[in-house]
Amino acid sequence: MPEYLPPGTYFMQGNKALTEAAVTAGCRFFAGYPITPASEIAEHLATRLPQVGGVMVQMEDEIASLASVIGASWAGAKSMTATSGPGFSLMQENIGYAFMTETPCVIVDVQRAGPSTGQATKAGQGDVMQARWGTHGDFASIVLAPNSVQEMFDLTIRAFNLAEEYRTPVILLSDEITSHMREQITVPPVDQVVIRERVPPVDGEEFFGGALVPPMPSVGEGFNLAVTGSTHNESGIRFTADAKVHSTLVSRLVRKIEDAARKLMDCETYNVERCDVGFVSFGCTSRAVYEAVEMLEKQGINVGSVRLKTIWPFPEKCIHDLAEKARVVIVPEMNLKQIFYEVQRIVNGAAEVVPVNKIGGGEMVTPEELCFVAKESVEKL
Amino acid sequence: MTATTWKFTAKEIVEKPELFTSGHRACAGCGSAIALRQIMKATRGPTIVTNATGCMEVVSTIYPYTAWKVPWIHTAFENAAANASGIEAALKAMKKKGKLHESVDVIAFAGDGGTFDIGLQALSGAVERGHDFLYVLYDNEAYMNTGIQRSGGTPYGASTTTSPAGKVLLGKAQLKKPIADIMVAHEIPYAATASIAYWQDLVRKARKGLEVEGPAFLHVFSPCPRGWRYETNKTIEIARLATETCVFPLWEAKEGDYSLSPQSKIIAMKPERKKPVTDYLKTQGRFRHLFKGGAEHMLQDIQKIVDKRWSRLLRRIREGS
Repeated sequence: MPEYLPPGTYFMQGNKALTEAAVTAGCRFFAGYPITPASEIAEHLATRLPQVGGVMVQMEDEIASLASVIGASWAGAKSMTATSGPGFSLMQENIGYAFMTETPCVIVDVQRAGPSTGQATKAGQGDVMQARWGTHGDFASIVLAPNSVQEMFDLTIRAFNLAEEYRTPVILLSDEITSHMREQITVPPVDQVVIRERVPPVDGEEFFGGALVPPMPSVGEGFNLAVTGSTHNESGIRFTADAKVHSTLVSRLVRKIEDAARKLMDCETYNVERCDVGFVSFGCTSRAVYEAVEMLEKQGINVGSVRLKTIWPFPEKCIHDLAEKARVVIVPEMNLKQIFYEVQRIVNGAAEVVPVNKIGGGEMVTPEELCFVAKESVEKL
Repeated sequence: MTATTWKFTAKEIVEKPELFTSGHRACAGCGSAIALRQIMKATRGPTIVTNATGCMEVVSTIYPYTAWKVPWIHTAFENAAANASGIEAALKAMKKKGKLHESVDVIAFAGDGGTFDIGLQALSGAVERGHDFLYVLYDNEAYMNTGIQRSGGTPYGASTTTSPAGKVLLGKAQLKKPIADIMVAHEIPYAATASIAYWQDLVRKARKGLEVEGPAFLHVFSPCPRGWRYETNKTIEIARLATETCVFPLWEAKEGDYSLSPQSKIIAMKPERKKPVTDYLKTQGRFRHLFKGGAEHMLQDIQKIVDKRWSRLLRRIREGS
């Protein structure tokens, strides 16, 4: 097997496309723990990473998985773990740690129906808020949401790049359907893929402050390196009582992501400028929206759509633009209104926001259901 | 509570009520389901079962059926021992207050993933605190429910989906964790290994585990046709071979003192009866790559590991006596 997947078209499973993208992006360390519906990622990488000089380690649980990913990242390797809801819950402490210590890493959460063990083999979209607020303390996250096998590839590469660019954990929020779906994908030649590498500090540069995103050394490169999840100053020295050090550090960590919100924003939009009815969707649910849009247009309804490829930071501008024209904004999701309230907050009364929620059994919102809600809403106008 | 008054004969065991009944959806030839059924025959009276995530949790309660005729709690993967701790402590408190007058047994069932790996911390904590419960590890030597990924209980050389046999690596490169010895090292009142091939020994040990005051640990060898790759009618035969080759010797340890169970004692007394490990390995597809030529060193390694662990066990038994 060559180091990189040769360019061309492939028919591939979502989880497998993700692993090939990870290899292309430079991931050389993976640690994980078996969990449906994410296990294929570890299984592929068990074979794939050794072929390119990388390492796949199966850990004793998800806490250990992310902890070892953080360790590998500090040792200089681009690193990733993959899990589903129950494992994602166990990772929350280390997600906060990675954020606090500015450790680039990628965490894949293939969502299934929760809470708790829930329905292990059935798709869900219930981890949206956990990806944003799951860890304690002040926190800002970067969360990407693919809706196709192609995006399992593309957004995985973006996730690794953003992790390095912002020195922070990046969460790839997939779902059982997108991960297990098999579709055709186009793989570009590796030299046409933008891959961001880590910038090491030069002598005298601080690696926990100074710059908004400080440069990152690896252990063993000769720097006097102290990494801690306790509050620390620009040199990494612990300050566990000082108000100013804490405020400076945590404010910067949140700001570096909030300030980049516009740059991180990534939405697929359709007919936003003219529509009466607009959809806001993400992940597998957006696939039903595609068909609903076609069906509604045939019936003469002026319909538009915003699909969130970046969920956090929440792409406020996309929603704003939609609400300027649309009089009804429909938010379908496989959870009980997690994105809905965000949309409502941004729309702020400019349009009616209508939730469409479906949970359990891995049953998707259907195009017919969306059409029904859209037509009903239009009639009320 | 009354001590053992029955003799564990086939007749007596058959006459005991079935508490783990038909209506589960374990695969044909599943060793773990046999283990659970037999162990539930050893119960003394009211019993509460807590079950970690895993094969047995999944197959025993698929809607609209349940195989359990006792109160049953499914906890998340790592929590069976901690959950049992809470149940036992609450029962104790209720007894103290005079709200509960009869004795209730608590059994935690967990697989190898839930015991060797993610649940080890909870198990260690629970037995250190000394809760009076029986912890049963049904060991099918990998994460079978999620698709045959290796665990801390997977033996050296076995091919799984996360330790695949290929040109460079010939299956799992690490040894099986000696989990029962780790539990003995906790100095708990009772720890034992058992096998579904020797049902009488298994039921007797389960009963002993329930009867001792304080924590008891039972490591049950439970072959898995899907994960080990063998015909479904070979489960008991393979379990028996594991003991006959000393891959899985049967013993018990009371207060840290080891003694061999009859099936392994015979081999200790008549070493010529000890079969070579290849007799066991060649029965299973997960070891097939070791017999394709070029892996003779691995077979020798496995024999050495088994011999070393066997002689260490014999040494411990001599020390104990």
